[in-house]
Amino acid sequence: MIASIGQFLLILSLVTAVVLMLVPMTGYFQNNERMMRTARPLSYLLFTLTLTTFLLLVSLFVLQDFSVTYVWQHSSLALPLRYRITATWGAHEGSVLMWVTVQALWIAAVARYSRSLSLSQVSRVLSVLGVIATGFLAFVLFASNPFEITNPAPLDGRDLNPLLQDFGMIIHPPMLYFGYVGLSVAFSLAVAALIGGQIDEKWIRWSRRWTNLAWAFLTVGIILGSWWAYYELGWGGWWFWDPVENASFLPWLAATALIHVQAVSERKNAFRGWTVLLAIIAFSLCVLGTFLVRSGSITSVHSFAADPFRGIFILVLLAIYAGGALTLYALRVNQLRSRDNINLESRETMLLANSLIFITSTFTILLGTLFPMIFDAMGKKISVGEPYFGLMFFLLMIPMAVLMPLGAQLKWHKDQMSTAIKALTPHFFIAAALTTAAYFFFDTLNLRATAGVFGGFWIASTSVAQIIKFPGKPNAGFVGMSVAHLGVAVFLFGMSMTEHKDIEKDILMQPGQTSTVGGYDFTFNGVTQVSIENYQAQQGSIQVSKNGHDIVELNPQKRFYPKQQQPMTEADIHPGLTKDIYVSLGEQINQEGDWAVRIYLKPFIRWMWFGGLMMMAGAVIALFNRRNKRQERQQVDHVMKERLGIS
Amino acid sequence: MKKIWVALIPLAVFIILVALLFVNLSTHNEVLPSPLIGKPIPAFEHQTLYSNQTITHEDFKGEPWLLNVFGSWCPSCQYEHPLVTALANSGRIKVIGLNWKDEASDADQWLKRWGNPYHEILVDYEGDTAINLGVYGAPETFLIDATGTIVYKISGVLTQKNISQELLPLIDKISL
Repeated sequence: MIASIGQFLLILSLVTAVVLMLVPMTGYFQNNERMMRTARPLSYLLFTLTLTTFLLLVSLFVLQDFSVTYVWQHSSLALPLRYRITATWGAHEGSVLMWVTVQALWIAAVARYSRSLSLSQVSRVLSVLGVIATGFLAFVLFASNPFEITNPAPLDGRDLNPLLQDFGMIIHPPMLYFGYVGLSVAFSLAVAALIGGQIDEKWIRWSRRWTNLAWAFLTVGIILGSWWAYYELGWGGWWFWDPVENASFLPWLAATALIHVQAVSERKNAFRGWTVLLAIIAFSLCVLGTFLVRSGSITSVHSFAADPFRGIFILVLLAIYAGGALTLYALRVNQLRSRDNINLESRETMLLANSLIFITSTFTILLGTLFPMIFDAMGKKISVGEPYFGLMFFLLMIPMAVLMPLGAQLKWHKDQMSTAIKALTPHFFIAAALTTAAYFFFDTLNLRATAGVFGGFWIASTSVAQIIKFPGKPNAGFVGMSVAHLGVAVFLFGMSMTEHKDIEKDILMQPGQTSTVGGYDFTFNGVTQVSIENYQAQQGSIQVSKNGHDIVELNPQKRFYPKQQQPMTEADIHPGLTKDIYVSLGEQINQEGDWAVRIYLKPFIRWMWFGGLMMMAGAVIALFNRRNKRQERQQVDHVMKERLGIS
Repeated sequence: MKKIWVALIPLAVFIILVALLFVNLSTHNEVLPSPLIGKPIPAFEHQTLYSNQTITHEDFKGEPWLLNVFGSWCPSCQYEHPLVTALANSGRIKVIGLNWKDEASDADQWLKRWGNPYHEILVDYEGDTAINLGVYGAPETFLIDATGTIVYKISGVLTQKNISQELLPLIDKISL
């Protein structure tokens, strides 16, 4: 019954999205105000419908209705309530429905918070968002319907994949979707601007807020994914350059380029075409990522059951969205000609350089991700992994780290490079001194770690100085930027230390035995059998102490989920500001109770995620930036002066 | 005029990308062929569930047979159970069950409840042979010819469709 209602609401949502796609846009072209006015109510209706549909699917899981195929495939009677709720988006069908619901939420939010735009702009933006919603709703309905019925219904379900029975999993996908879908707003804005053939400062400023918010969500989503992989997969890594991780990282890189270029184009009539193109690229990469994950073209821990029809469907959507937008771009971009000149020695130039570095990184990683597919098409199998990505990314981030303080130091419009460099020189020596200190304190660092630590100190030192020397009362934009840049510094430091100064030991331990790793004593007190909720586990007991003082008892588990016949390694971690102690169980070696035990010491790994959270916080703070009237008038005066050639 | 060409570059790059993805999608073999196809079945030695004897891979030589990996814990095995039964009853091929990661009492109950279609049931509670066969989930079904060579593998449930379109033609071919 609930399933039929859900099915019906899904069809209604699709119809609403089609109307939203057609009516306001037609209204725009015919200059019919009544038709354009339908855009906002239609957006609210679409959101209400999709949200209700999604909640119905959740209720099917809560009520354990195994007549619904999707429900029995991904839950079971023994599954605890909290995971029954999250199982809703634990597999393909439900997660696409969630995608659409989140998108409808953004559409409704755009409809609500767009009072500063003219009706013709709003109706175009909402219509373009309607195109995207239509495509994905059709995808849900025709290629991945979560309300399909199994008759007769099985007595019990197959249970949720144990890897997904976890807190990180509850919030990681929604955050990523908020980010992915948020970029559709920037995309729609760019397309709407191309349709209209013009774009002004006000419009870019409006879109910049949305891009910032989407970027913040994307950042949190990626951090959560990394954190989840770290403690849940049991191998102590935090980033694997897995194709699906790349799929979330690519839009992030493009969006990073976008928010920096928007900083210029909201102030000046410059880089207009580039802003529009970056917005198109960023969202297209989201759809491409969806394709890579859902089509089964690549093999990865994230790949859901592969289905070629779904692959074709998303590929067609990608061709329509990105192909359409890029065609429009080719036809119209010359109308968006930028009129303002940019001085070479100015912050604008630096921000352009930033976007070029980030877009180069984007394509480098995209190539690495696609290489296996290119070779696959030629009948060969290769895999591209950490060595390629790690090295390329390291090389590309060097200019980023070097130029970031310079960009923040240079003034808008016109400045002198030599003055800025002079102001930064002391910080070069401060960073060098700190790096040398770190080199000896941490008992030597390798080349990449040294470079990373230096980059961290260099950015931190200059950012702090820029905050101290900021003239007048800092505005939210400046505070946001500084926080985000300091976040980069913290991230660089944490990452360099974790990657290059960690200790990983696989030890064979007998009950009662004590081993010393990195100055800590680990005493193995054997393994006991425990039974919890829907799994059984062999639980180890390991006492960690230092110089005879007990620190913590860690209880890593080897879990077994009977329904899924899947063993799972659950590490136990003692987190710390400067060091994580990470213990997981390997295999039982013999009948005497000897186990292979993995002991990792991960220095400063929390700093990496904390740095990421700072970047996110920076983006959120920048949302509160209100440029007051006086500043705006000054800027207009300044630009006018430049155009008239008086200075 | 020149500017239009520059503006076309992103579109051109994108078209190449989509073409690549499309080619990949149509050539990409989504059913990863088991590397074991065409190779002899890995050696094994197992207790049987009911007849209390030890059987090895040598014992089946001489005629083609089907190895069906199942467990009482696996709902999909129950789903395909009628089809396995029909196939075994048709007498076209000998069907051997590999009872994987199970408990003897559970397996017994399950077979009593739904019927035992198998000619013989091998007990693999440690999962050794399943690992050698590259099994990553029950059910899986292997077709093995008279010389002990793996001819075909179906991952997931047997259906009317894959039995009639994939298995039966091959069975006819190797039974000649």
